[in-house]
Amino acid sequence: MITLQYIAHSEFGPLDTASKIRKILRSVKEDKILVIEGKMSPEDEAELITCTMEQIDKRFKGIEIASLDPQKKRNQDFLDVTKRAIANYLLGKNEGLTIIGPASIVKEIKRDPNKIELLTKMNNKRKK
Amino acid sequence: MIKKLKLFFKEMFFIFNVKKSVKIGLYGPPNGGKTTLANKICEDWIGEEMGVASSVPHETREVKIKESVVIKSRGRELKFNLVDTPGISTKIDYEDFLSHKLDVKEAKQRAKEATKGVIDAIKWLDNMDCVLVVLDSTKNPYSQVNITIIGNLAARDIPVLIVANKIDLKRSDIKKIEAAFPQYPVIGISATKGNNIEDFYEEVFKLVKRR
Repeated sequence: MITLQYIAHSEFGPLDTASKIRKILRSVKEDKILVIEGKMSPEDEAELITCTMEQIDKRFKGIEIASLDPQKKRNQDFLDVTKRAIANYLLGKNEGLTIIGPASIVKEIKRDPNKIELLTKMNNKRKK
Repeated sequence: MIKKLKLFFKEMFFIFNVKKSVKIGLYGPPNGGKTTLANKICEDWIGEEMGVASSVPHETREVKIKESVVIKSRGRELKFNLVDTPGISTKIDYEDFLSHKLDVKEAKQRAKEATKGVIDAIKWLDNMDCVLVVLDSTKNPYSQVNITIIGNLAARDIPVLIVANKIDLKRSDIKKIEAAFPQYPVIGISATKGNNIEDFYEEVFKLVKRR
């Protein structure tokens, strides 16, 4: 059975980097696939990779992660970007989506510019 | 006038900075060809290899530096320290190494060293002056690792040249890499066969000038 957990931006966005990473790794280690509203910063993602590497052991093999950023469409002029940024700030929204799952369950997350495909492992063998 | 002055100071800054030894890092996911490219550069200009390249993922598990590499192009000279880093990934499973004829003990040891290597590669981002992001041009460039590496370099204002490696292979698709990262220069090469390597060296000069 696969458990999907949705985390709204209002819950995730205000957290500091360490709290975000703790929250992600706690859920992923419980074999949950997280769907997070919004996008993490590159620095937060690098820190997430670092913490993931530190915690890899017999049971935990790491994570699969992918994010979509609709703000990064090409041919957007400065005015469009600014308008969108102001609207998001006022509404407390963070556009985009991040999917994170345990590598023991998620085989691959295929990402194209506008879509994400998540492939899971059929037989999830675990070692003690 | 201001533009001319700006250009003059930029040129002067470039000359003095080059003398201070620029650090050029090789970054990317595992098996993109970072060490093969490092070896190609070192063989071409120093006459010796930098490290061991192989098809087994995470062959490079520690940061390696080759100091005072001097390359020449169109009568110009560029001296830099070349830094080869372990491939960055979000998962490491020792069982993946077993299919590469490693025994369980060796595979577990490699996995342990590989996790440390990824951490070190990320730490070293702050020490780089310029970065060559080496990608396998036969693979989908839209991986989160690629996006995270390039995003972190952008956040640190470090000039980037994307090297689309393995252009000698049939499935190579440079256009897909250019479409994925339209704001960065992309150069297609084959580090193994030396295809397009002269143009690559020319791009390295431009890269260092951008910092």
